[in-house]
This record gives sequence, structure tokens and C-alpha cells, in this order.
Amino acid sequence: MNAEKEKIIVDAMASFIGHTVKILPDDVGAKLRELSEKETDPAAMAVYETMFRNLRLAEELDRPLCQDTGVVQFWVRCGSGFPMMNEMERLLTEAVLKATRETPLRPNCVETFSDVNTGNNVGKGVPVIWWDIVPDRDDCEIYTYYAGGGCSLPGKAEVFMPGAGYKAIIPFVLDRVTEYGLNACPPLLIGVGVGNSVETAAMNSKKALMRSVDSVSDDPKAAEMEKLLEEGVNAIGLGPQGFGGSSSVLGVNIVNTPRHPATLGVAVNFGCWAHRRGAIVFDRDLGFRSTTHSGFKG
Amino acid sequence: MTEIKNGKTVITTPVMDEDIKNLHAGDTIYLSGDLFTGRDAVHERVTREGRDFPGSIKNGAVFHAGPIVRQLDDGSYEMVSIGPTTSMRMERFEYDFIRETGVKIVIGKGGMKDDTARGCREFCAIHCAAPAGCAVVNAVCVEETSGVEWSDLGMPEAVWVMKVKEFGPLIVTIDTEGNNYFENKKKEYNARKDEQAERITEEIARW
Repeated sequence: MNAEKEKIIVDAMASFIGHTVKILPDDVGAKLRELSEKETDPAAMAVYETMFRNLRLAEELDRPLCQDTGVVQFWVRCGSGFPMMNEMERLLTEAVLKATRETPLRPNCVETFSDVNTGNNVGKGVPVIWWDIVPDRDDCEIYTYYAGGGCSLPGKAEVFMPGAGYKAIIPFVLDRVTEYGLNACPPLLIGVGVGNSVETAAMNSKKALMRSVDSVSDDPKAAEMEKLLEEGVNAIGLGPQGFGGSSSVLGVNIVNTPRHPATLGVAVNFGCWAHRRGAIVFDRDLGFRSTTHSGFKG
Repeated sequence: MTEIKNGKTVITTPVMDEDIKNLHAGDTIYLSGDLFTGRDAVHERVTREGRDFPGSIKNGAVFHAGPIVRQLDDGSYEMVSIGPTTSMRMERFEYDFIRETGVKIVIGKGGMKDDTARGCREFCAIHCAAPAGCAVVNAVCVEETSGVEWSDLGMPEAVWVMKVKEFGPLIVTIDTEGNNYFENKKKEYNARKDEQAERITEEIARW
């Protein structure tokens, strides 16, 4: 009985990984169309055209739309009553092995110091799994993300003294955009995390990338900063792929948690134009549906 | 050899100086013929360990790329997805790499800096950017993946040997005079960034 349940999860997750490296989430696809329709620069329009042609070909030929299928990361928001919680880590790892063979994914897991590529996207602590235990629920929501090289490279976290003020966030983010943003495949999704220390800020910046591209923070000041940064980065005019154009970002998302009286932790994290974020929810009977990919049927 | 086909500038390997010396930063070209992948580890082996590049890349083209390749039952290779990786990581090696190998077209993502531009100027070579994240568009231009060298480096880092047809579009980012498209663009972007940083900081100062 349990073996059957385990198979449902492994098959569904391997299939979902395969789907989400080939097809963009609904919100990202829609946003790219919106930005391309607003674009007036002929070279930028041609770049968008190549991007859309790539999306069509990836779907038709059933291939990963970008060769960099990243290091696989899961953010698991597991209800405390979800019956398969105990098995999830092992099953997610099995799903990565299966997807690596069948999709196929590029092997991207290089053990540090020994520099050995494990060849199967599994290694010490990989796939990366972050857990949230959600009280009083019996379902399990899993975010999938493929952290590619180009968009991971610009990531940065720093702890400021509070006297630097929230204005310190602005050059911290904008400098990263012009220094590294060109290579991170614009239009970018920019995730900003604010908290007490490097790791809370960094984790918040990752969670910011898991929000939809048009979402708005429920914190009024964070929402205002999201809008100011979005306008500001668009005004820089990176355009698609950094060749120049009328916009630079899919969006700017900020996730903030409290700071220590003496610290202000800030982190910035980038998603590329091919922002392959996915979310899938299993109910307690292991029925599942995706909240990001309307075309995913299992 | 350079041909104009349906309005497209198509350069076929072997690449001669006259094929590229009249190209300017910002021009768009397509490549036909032999293409090798080579990124961080390959550049390190050639330029720091003094090893010969494992293929006839003189007057050829190198692609900063780590593909997804499937080996079929008959032992042949299928190029599933291939797209450029960040060229800037190779900046520390590229001058020496161009000098050592005689490569004429370096292809990757984004721009490169002064040492590469110096290499392009001194040894008559160019750097081009391929549209990133467009790995299937690129893969369908690969007619044949004939082999792999230095496979001990793993799939992304190994040297993949390909025949390509009208591979592109490739945008010249550094020409043979060393003109640098992205470094010039960066000056514009940085000027606008400073204006925006000031504007937003003023807004936030009112909080």
C-alpha cells in the first residue's frame, strides 16, 4: 500500500520537474508577452521573438527550454498532518534521479572541494530541501526551482548597521543589477530579502522569487519599495538579454521579517527571463494539482 | 567563408581574418561548420596547464556552453538543449586562450572585458553573444554531435564536437578592433542607475 503511494509521489514529482523545465509558469509567460508588446526597440523586439520561438520549440520538441536546469531546490510547505511527511525527502530525491534520466536534466551537482560532478543531480544536501511545517493542515505544497548559474551568480547578502537606513537597500540592489544583471538573462525577477542576518535575508530573497511576478507585498512600505525599484530598474533599460530596451524586469518582490535592534540584513537574488518556478499541491489522498502551470495534468 | 543568405550574414569555418575584420560590435551573424564547446575547466586546462585543445579549433569557433546531451542506443549523441553560459567567467583565460588556440569566434552570454578585447585586437578575433535561455533554438541548428573530449570533466564542462548550420543569431559584442558593445552599454546603464538610485533614495528618505 505504501509502495503504491510512494510511486504516485515519485512519478508525479518527476513528471512535474520535466514539465516545469520545458514550460514556463503561466504568470511568467503572460508577463513576457506584456513586456514584448510594450517594446519599441527593433533589436529588443527581435530578441523577444527568438525567446518566444524557443518556448514554442521547447514545447513541440519536448525539451528543456534552457540547457541549464540548475541545482534542484524544493521548498516544502508540509501540513503537520500530511501522511507522507516521513517519506518526502527520500521520494523527492528519487524523483530528481528519475527526472534526470527521463527529461533529461543536465547533471549540475558538483561536490565542493573534490570537484566531482555526481552525474545524477544528487549529492550531499542536494536536492536542496527547505521545510516549513504548516500546523493544522494535511496537504503538502511543494515549490520547485532550478537554480541556474547565470541567475545564482549575482546573489548577495550583507548585514548593514541600522543607521544606514532602508535606503541602503537601493544601491545594494541597483549595483548588482548593472554589474551582474546583464549576465543573468533579463528581463529579471528580482527577489529582495530583509531580515536580521545573512541567512534570514537570503532565505527571504529566495521566497520572494517564489511569489508570482505581479504579486505585491502585504507590507505597505515593502510594496512601495517594490514599485520604486521596479520603475527604477526598468528605467535603466537593460532590455531583453541586456542588449538595451524599454524594460529590465519581470518584477521586484520583497519579503521582509523582523531585524535585530542592531542589524539590518539584506539580500538580493535574481531569476532569469526563463524563471522556472513551479508549485504543486498534494492532498492527503495524494491527489495533486499545480497552482503555477495550468497545462500540467500529471 | 562569408555568404549572404536570405539577408543573413553566414560565416562558415574555417574562419579567415577577412571574414570577420569588417564586422562591427552590434552586427548580427550566423555560423556554419565546426563548433566546439569549452568553458571554465577547458580554458583552465589549455591556458594554465598548457594542454593542447582536443580538436582542430584554429580558425574555428568556441562556444561557452554546457549542453544537455542524450546518448542514443546506437552510441550516437543527440543535442537536446544547448545555450550560452556567462562569458565573463572566462575573462581571466580568454586572451591566452585566443593566443594559444588561434580561435577566431568566441561565443557566449553577455559581454567580456578588456583582456578579451585586447586578444580580439591583437589576434584578429571576435566575441559574439548568443541569445541566452534559447537552448532549443540553438539545439535545432546542430546538425551533428560527432563526439566528446575530456568527458572526465562531466557533461557541462566537457568539449562537445558539433557541426552546425546557420547557428544564431549571434550578436558581435567585441569586434577585431576591440570595440566592446556591452562595456559601452554598461556606461549608459550605470549613468541611468545613478539617477534612479538618487531618485528612489529621496523618496525613501521621506518615510
